[in-house]
Order: sequence, then structure tokens, then C-alpha cells
Amino acid sequence: MEEVHLMKGNEALAEATIRTGVDAYFGYPITPQSEVLEYLMNEQPHLRTGMAVLQAESELAAINMVYGAAACGKKAITSSSGPGISLKAEAISYIAGAELPCLIVNVVRGGAGLGTIQPSQSDYFQAVKGGGHGDYKLIVLAPASVQEMADFVDLGFKLAFKYRTPAFILSDGVIGQMMEKVILPPQQERLTDAQVDELYGDWATLGKKKNKPRNVITSLALKPEIQEEHNHHLQRKYAEITKNETRFEKINCDDANYLIVAYGASARISQKAITLAKEKGLKVGILRPITLWPFPTEAIQEMAKQVKGILAVEMSAGQMVEDVRLAVNGKVPVEHYGRFGGMIHSPTEVCNAVFEKLVNC
Amino acid sequence: MEQSTISPEEIIKTGTVAFKPTKAMIDTNMSYCPGCGHGVAHRLVMEVVEEMGIIEDTIGIAPVGCSVLAYDFMDIDMQQAAHGRAPAVATGIKRVFPNKHVFTYQGDGDLAAIGTSETIHACNRGENIVIIFVNNGIYGMTGGQLAPTTLPNMKTSTSPYGRDVDMTGQPLKITEMVALLPGVAFVTRQAVHKPGLVRKTKKAIKKAFKIAEEKKGLAFIEIVSNCNSGWKMRPDASNIWLEENMLPFYPLGDIKG
Repeated sequence: MEEVHLMKGNEALAEATIRTGVDAYFGYPITPQSEVLEYLMNEQPHLRTGMAVLQAESELAAINMVYGAAACGKKAITSSSGPGISLKAEAISYIAGAELPCLIVNVVRGGAGLGTIQPSQSDYFQAVKGGGHGDYKLIVLAPASVQEMADFVDLGFKLAFKYRTPAFILSDGVIGQMMEKVILPPQQERLTDAQVDELYGDWATLGKKKNKPRNVITSLALKPEIQEEHNHHLQRKYAEITKNETRFEKINCDDANYLIVAYGASARISQKAITLAKEKGLKVGILRPITLWPFPTEAIQEMAKQVKGILAVEMSAGQMVEDVRLAVNGKVPVEHYGRFGGMIHSPTEVCNAVFEKLVNC
Repeated sequence: MEQSTISPEEIIKTGTVAFKPTKAMIDTNMSYCPGCGHGVAHRLVMEVVEEMGIIEDTIGIAPVGCSVLAYDFMDIDMQQAAHGRAPAVATGIKRVFPNKHVFTYQGDGDLAAIGTSETIHACNRGENIVIIFVNNGIYGMTGGQLAPTTLPNMKTSTSPYGRDVDMTGQPLKITEMVALLPGVAFVTRQAVHKPGLVRKTKKAIKKAFKIAEEKKGLAFIEIVSNCNSGWKMRPDASNIWLEENMLPFYPLGDIKG
């Protein structure tokens, strides 16, 4: 029988972490995601699955602990919010360069700087465009429900290990803090050391075996020819991910005349907004990117042939809208709407924005 | 003078094996400057790993600095850590592999400047790891800049008139600091510029690996070393300078355990 629970997004993610057979969580408190570490500490997962949980001395230390564990072929995860993710950015770049599979979670709050503890979606650029130094990409998943907070732990690790690359959950303070019903995933066994050796022994640092070449995890190449080739290798991998793993959801798009592109909490708010628009006789669909990288460029291009205008709705001053514009390439008007700095737009505000920025302009 | 186990007469005989390199080191040219202490320190760590029979269960961590390429010389599984973060990386490994042998190999800039927080907290948690801390009082890799352990009035490329302690503070005696922490089981300061000291250092490294193996806490070994290039001296002169200047400030011997 399915286990249905009423849980906060952060708690669902934490419980899913235990159930996904994760080996280690390393974190540091920051609002609005502290429940993840609190929940895990309370659950004592070392008694349930043998999973290690440690409160690090800083976000820097936490992500570098993830680096060490991930380089051993183990499933390691960390979570934080914007200011903490900024601190982690250095190691995220190292992790991407060294091709380590792991999962990083950002429950976004308003910035810049210390900002506010209220929800925001203003870390899109940081997650999707880099954040750290160098030519790298993260697989970025954007949950829009407590259910997806739970489900994306498994999905994130599957993608991370499939491509040996870090995966990232870009959530927000709304999805992390709100309570909804959630069907928790079944308990997976943690891999044994022998299984880790069998699956990842060709690259993970498990100790040099007599019959195998040694493994070295590094992101350093002093010779530029080698670094260039490594970057080409990463780019080929990113092209493969783009081809195979782009995910999105279309809501009421079949006969829509206008389109909202929105992810996370903004997608939920926009669902109510399109109902309000329908009451006013306007057919508006939603394209919800589930992966923000790879971005559903082709799906948006297809929709641009059908609709008269597109509104990117996000709780930021306009970040994802740039990718929507790149996809649409001037074919139809693309506008941005969003409250930001910790303020959340209402469905009415979003509905009004569709009329003001697209219909009556 | 300490006695070699092989007599001078035997050494000069053709066919006598006076020195056998450890198979845990890769037989290649090192990137270190001639005269640098890193090569000896590397070899000692690897000799201990080989003699303890733990090559298959040891994971080493290279830092950022001159020894960033330690993994090109040590023939074991290794990870390269971001600048200063090696103790956090080691913690991550140790928490998923509590029975593996994990060591970091770090310089003074890496361990005692940018990585001070990671160093102190890994020590305080009593992670069962070994930290090898090579202190030559300078940033060698980047061309000889002021380090946290640079001696007062010592000239570097960023203290060209000598270290002004009123401006940059006194050299950080981080080894004495970590000895105060209950999680740290063994703290010692050694050197490798003389044969007798090399033997003592090796003994200390072996003790450190045993302490970590027995899960008694963290074992911390400082190796006071030279940087003849950064100090702008001939190798032999740098060793004399080390004796006369570094050792009075960084006295050798066990500090704890």
C-alpha cells in the first residue's frame, strides 16, 4: 500500500534521502532549509540504513565532504540556501571538473547579499549559468511540489551517476516550507562496498587494488592541450544530457493563445492564474520546465509557433526569461513578470500581467 | 652521527643494495626543485603505507600548492582537494569508509591560512585521519609569497622588506594550537634535512597511521622543511638557514601523545 504523508517539502526531501539509500548528508544550517538537517538528525539514519549525517563547520566544509565521499563512489548530498550555495560554488566547480556524481539542493531565499529568508527564485543564473568558475553545467531539477521534492532525490542521483556529473535541485522557500500530501518512495538498500567497487571501481578512490590501475580524482591539468580536451569531453557529455534528459510539463497548452513559462512555486501560482484568465475568456497554457538545465528550448520553440506571446513568470528580476528569449529568438513577444526580494506574486497579479504585458499592450 | 645499517665498505661494493625505493612511489621525475624536502617527505609516507601493508586501503589527499601533484608520485588512490579543504574532503571519505586509511598532505598556506577552519574542525572532531603538514614558511608554488608561518623579518615576494609582524601578525603556530584539541591524539614536529631526522620522521609517520587505524583520534605531523627556490638560496645553504632560523622558532619533537 502507498504511504501517504502530510509533510513539508524540506522534510519530504530529507526522508527521501534516507529511502533512496544515500550514503552521506553533509550540511550547515540556513533558513529556509534547516529542516533537512534537523529532520535527518532526529531520524538517526545511521540506525535505519547506515547513512552518515554530519553538521559541518561551514558550507565550504560540507560541500568538500560531499566531494570526498562522492569521489569514493558513494551517494552524497548537501543542501543550503543562496548565501550558502555561493560558498559552495568553488567546490561545485571542482566537482563538475572532476566529474563526480552528487546531489546539491538549494531552497532559494531572496537576495542579493544576506537578503531575506522569504522565498525567491533569484538563484536561477547561479544554478543554470555557472555560479562557480569554468565551463561546466549542472543538471538542474526544479520541483514544483512536495511530491517532487521527494521524487527528485532518486531522479537526481540516477542522472548524476548515469553521467558522472553533479545534479542540482533548485527549489524555493515556498516548495521547501509548504506542507502537502506526499507519497514517499520505497526504501532502497544502500549499495554495499563490494557493489560500489563493481559499479564504480574503474574511477572511484576505493584504495588501489593489486589487479587494477589506481584511481585519481582531480580537476587539474597543467597542460592546456589536456585541459582543452577535457573540456571537449565535458561538452560532449553535456550535449548527450541535453539530448536525453530535457524534461518539462505542458498544462492546457493544446489550444492556448498565450503561454506562461514558469517553474517551481511560480508554476503552481500560474496554474491558478490561467484559471482566472480562462474566466476572462483567455486561453493561456503553461510550459513548466522540470529541468532548467537542460532547458526545454525546443518545446518552447514549438509553442512559439502557436501562441501570440509568452510570459516568463519567476520570483526574480528576470533571469529564466533570458533563456526563453533565446529559445523564441524574436518570433513572438516574450515578457517577464515576477515579484522578488522575498515577495510572492498572487495568481491575480500573474493573470493581470498576462493581460497588461501581452494582450493589451 | 647516526650509524647506517650498511657499513661504508659494503656500500661501495658492486651489487650491494644500499637503498631500495618503495613500490608505493611511482618511478618518475618529480616536479619539485632540486634540494626541496617534499621528495623525502613523500617517500617516507609511502614507505610507511607499504610497510604497513595498507596500499589497497589507503586514500591520500593532495592539496593546492607545490604538492598538488603528489598523486603523480604516490602510487595509491588519491583525490586532489580545493585549496585548504583537504581535511573536509578527508572527513567525507572517512565518514563513508570508516575503515580505510585516509591522510592529507598539505603545505603551510593550504593548512594554516586558507584552510585554517577545515584544519581546526577536523582536528576537533577527532577524525581518525593523518595530517602531514609540510611547513617551509612560504608559498612555493606561486613564487615565494608570505605564508602564515613566514618568520618575523623574513623576506618574501610579498614582504620584500621582511615580515612586519605589526602589519601581518606573528607566524601562526598552528601545530601547538591543534595540540590543545581533545580530538587530536598525536602531535609532533619533525624535519627531513638530515638522515637522522629522516629516520625519526618516518617513525613518527608510522605512529600516526597506527593511531588513526586504532581510531584514537587525529594524528598531526608537522615537517619543517626548506624551500630553497622561494628562500632564494642554494639547497645546502637553505638547510643551514632552516637549522639556524626555522628550528629555534619551530622546535622539533613530540608535542602531544
